[in-house]
Amino acid sequence: MANVFAFAETRNGELRKIGLEAVTAARKIADETGGKVDAFIAGAPGVGAHAEQLAKYGADTVIVVEHAGLEKYNPEALAATVAERIRGGAYRIAIFPTSALGSDLAPRVAAKLGVGLVTDVTAVNLDGDAVIVQHPVNIGKVMATVKMTSQPALIGIRPNMFTPVENPRAGAVERAEPVGDPSASRVVVKEVKLGSSAKLDLGEAPVIVSGGRGLKGPENFKLLEDLAAAFGNAAIGATRVVTDEGWRPHSDQIGQTGRLVSPQLYVAVGISGAIQHLAGMRTSRTIVAINKDKEAPIFKIADYGIVGDLFEIVPVLTAAVKEAKSHG
Amino acid sequence: MKIAVCIKRVPDMDVRFKIAPIGNAVDEAGLKFDINDFDSWAVEAALQIKDKDSATEVVIVSLGSDSVQETIRKALAMGADRGVELKVARIPFDGLAIAHALAAELKGGGFDLILFGKQSADSSNGAVGAMVGELLGLPVVTAISKLELAGATGSAKREIEGGQEFVEFPLPAVLTIDQGLNTARYPALKGIMAAKKKPLDVRPAQLGEQSVSVTKMELPPERPAGRIIGEGASAVPELVGLLQTEAKVL
Repeated sequence: MANVFAFAETRNGELRKIGLEAVTAARKIADETGGKVDAFIAGAPGVGAHAEQLAKYGADTVIVVEHAGLEKYNPEALAATVAERIRGGAYRIAIFPTSALGSDLAPRVAAKLGVGLVTDVTAVNLDGDAVIVQHPVNIGKVMATVKMTSQPALIGIRPNMFTPVENPRAGAVERAEPVGDPSASRVVVKEVKLGSSAKLDLGEAPVIVSGGRGLKGPENFKLLEDLAAAFGNAAIGATRVVTDEGWRPHSDQIGQTGRLVSPQLYVAVGISGAIQHLAGMRTSRTIVAINKDKEAPIFKIADYGIVGDLFEIVPVLTAAVKEAKSHG
Repeated sequence: MKIAVCIKRVPDMDVRFKIAPIGNAVDEAGLKFDINDFDSWAVEAALQIKDKDSATEVVIVSLGSDSVQETIRKALAMGADRGVELKVARIPFDGLAIAHALAAELKGGGFDLILFGKQSADSSNGAVGAMVGELLGLPVVTAISKLELAGATGSAKREIEGGQEFVEFPLPAVLTIDQGLNTARYPALKGIMAAKKKPLDVRPAQLGEQSVSVTKMELPPERPAGRIIGEGASAVPELVGLLQTEAKVL
């Protein structure tokens, strides 16, 4: 029987989609062996209201830790609290998100517990006493099968790989206190600046419209913003040249040293397809490329390529997408 | 100030990898190796502190086989003061085992800052820096893209999904470096000559117990070959049609 711990990430009191992905992944493993899923959610008072949602996606128990000192990400308090819960829980696996928060939290917890951690996991399976995970290495050019033998095994799941599936369970709420005093943490998040809430995150957007050097300047990203608006569910990405030039913020960069994304649709505009960029988006389901150079490497992986002047093509595409959406 | 920078030697990624006959590693024949990108920015961050305060000592620590000496020398050529090789026959995949070896080396070293790259391009697990901080009981801030120090306090910016987090922490601390903090300098000829005479100690790595291992590596299935559907704006209607009927994403 494999009991599984799932860390349900929140921000600003809201449950993030990756939190449901963690519970979904946990439920699938637990069901293979008749095990239980304990979801863990922490934040400012009131965050426990999400317990119902976590139950709907498969949590047998929801551990709720509410404290004013957990309103913003509090790495030291959260790591201590999570480690304590996992230590007491006899779990085979503890699941974290491979997000900005989860990538910071999970290694701390692993070190506290003295157990193994693999992040950016795309698949999880049990094999006797071992946990077997798939983890892309060498900028996604090689897939590694990794065997984990610690009890529990800590894994960070890659966003968008475990589509949330409803699978209702009781979701009994168990309230717990933070371990130690959250206000005594040495590392303190003083401020969080978020872009407009309407802006979709690159990791979560079903469609990404991404621009490269071919855009020629920051002002021309208006073309991509219009195209993204036509899709209605799109985020804007960029290549490293674009962010290094300061045309777009570094947080928009997709590639080896930026974000790794796997949207349903990736529209690469004026992007030649440097290997470092491909590393960040090659797992997208459908790839469209618009580039004036028909020899550009991006066309080798694009499902649909159009050769030509992006300044002529993109506005026509925007109008056509708008038209298609209005009939949709 | 005393700063340690932990770096990793990784293969150049701009190649088509082959799987070694052993089945759980890539074939290293013909691969070029260099310092991991994120780690080069960590070295640069340390050197920028040293630029302002020449009394700063920058120590490069790298776990690997003797080939890492070349990578350590590069960091010394950039301007670091001395290097330490923690010798292993082969770098394990288990981040915690590596973190134990680094923590054993760094413990009691009197470092004000211990810097890492955010993650390595090869094993891409992004865990060792924070684990070392945890093992040493030091404050940890990961994936920073801006850093300011004022006396015994630091502030840093972290990129998060759709925004930024501004973090304060006391020194000594462990930091991991993201893209955007700086651009790494190239070693100058003078630096390359000087680096040959800088101290580089070699010690056996005291790896922790390993519970994570790679059992198989394989090349992911190739995407179907790309397909150019047309030229210019006149190809747009066909594209939109394919997105609707074939790809079903519109």
